[in-house]
Formats: sequence, C-alpha cells, structure tokens
Amino acid sequence: MSFLVNLALGLLFGTGLVVSGMADPAKVLNFLDLFGTWDPSLAFVMGGAVVVAFIGYRLVLRRDAPVVGKTFHLPTRSDIDARIVAGPAIFGIGWGLGGFCPGPALAAIGLGATGTLAFVPAMILGMWAARLLAEKRA
Amino acid sequence: MTEFTPWASLIGGAMIGLSAVLLMLWEGRIAGISGIAGRLLPPYRDGAFLSRLGFIGGIVAAPLLISLASGTPVSQTISSNVPLMIVAGLLVGFGSVWGNGCTSGHGVCGLSRLSPRSIVATATFMATAFITVFVVRHVIGG
Repeated sequence: MSFLVNLALGLLFGTGLVVSGMADPAKVLNFLDLFGTWDPSLAFVMGGAVVVAFIGYRLVLRRDAPVVGKTFHLPTRSDIDARIVAGPAIFGIGWGLGGFCPGPALAAIGLGATGTLAFVPAMILGMWAARLLAEKRA
Repeated sequence: MTEFTPWASLIGGAMIGLSAVLLMLWEGRIAGISGIAGRLLPPYRDGAFLSRLGFIGGIVAAPLLISLASGTPVSQTISSNVPLMIVAGLLVGFGSVWGNGCTSGHGVCGLSRLSPRSIVATATFMATAFITVFVVRHVIGG
C-alpha cells in the first residue's frame, strides 16, 4: 500500500518538475545566470512549492501522527556545523556545472540523454560515498 | 535563452509542494530526494525501502507518462560533455548527502519549516551555484 501511495506522490512530484520547467537543465542554468540570459522562472517554482508546503505542513502537523506509522520523522537538529555548509557548497558547484539537482536528474533517466546517463550513475556513486563516509565518522 | 514561464512554474512548484505535504501526511517523512534516493542503497536502517522505491519510481515514470499522454517528448537541453556531467554528478551526489539535503529537502521542505540549518544550506548552494555559472559562462566562457 505504501509503495502505491509513494508511487502516486512521486508521480505528482515528477509531474511538478516537468510542468515547472525544473526538469530542463537549460532553464535551471539560465536561472543561475544572473548576469547573462537570466530566466527568473525557478524563483516561481520555489515560491509555489514553499507556500504550499508552509501552509500544508502546519495543517498536517496538527495531527498526533501520520496516517501510517506512529510519529512524524522530523529533523530536530538546529546546530550549524561544518557539514551543513560544506555539503551544500559542493552540491551547488555540481548543480551549476550540470544544471541537474537530484530530483530532475532522476526524472530525466527515462528520456535517455547522454548527459543524464553520465550524470546519474556518478550522482548515485557520490551519494553512496558520502553516506558511507558519514557513517564511518559517526 | 529559455522562455519565462511564471504560471507554469508556479503551478509545477505547487505540485511539488503538495507532494511533500501529502508524504508528510501519509507517513511522516520529508520529501527530500537526495535523502530518499541515497537510502535506496545499503545499509538499510529502517523498513521504508519500498516506500522510497515507489517515490523514486514515480519521479522516473512521470516524464515518460507525460510524453505518452501528450504525444510530444518532454523537452530538455542537457550538456553532452560526458566528463563534465560525471564530475557534476559526483559533486551533486556527494554534496547533497554530505549536507543532509538538496533543493527539495532543504530548499522546499526545510525552508517551509523555517529550519535554520536548511536556510544556511539553501543560501550556500544557491551562492555556489550562481558563482559556478558566472565563472563557467562569463569568466572561462567569456
């Protein structure tokens, strides 16, 4: 059951990526190109998503528990450590080079472009390396 | 140049936000793609593997279904510079998991929760992404 619900939510998320233009690296890179061919569209993607989530989370979190499971799994940390700066700094460089962040890269797999097929396995390898390194240090 | 699409982007963004809200309602989890995808690989710490597989499966399937339904392929312009895309992929994968989140987990879910860590993370990746594109297009590219 959870598999099917998640499949439907993933479809909604993926459709949002396509409709919004976020799934097209050219659009992402133009958003990031403030001093060139700037396309402000992605600010609207972020705005739309954050407004809906800001209101929706407040409604959902009034409940004692989610529909399945006993508790909400919310991040509780609020400290600013080196990793919360270094990780995003590295991620941002990769995002600026390729125009892909993880969601749009996964959404692009089935379309089979050469750049995607180079990017996604490297991304998965990078994710795995970071996870193993983090667990080793913990 | 890409066309400025405020309405489509707003609507698509709202769909992403709605998906995140419904995932929180259903099983109480943050819709962070790097977290979900990263945990599809071993070691497995909880019993949420099938949920994660479903969510990622939906994201992968969405553009294909849209292409089928509309009869026109989803348009994308992607660099075919393989070494560049491999380096970019490694940085995105490593950085997003090392920093506990990417555009979705920090940028959408974290900002909506007014998390200080997510605000720092989002400001940082936006800054390095802007700088990277500036260097690639205007310093190196000239």
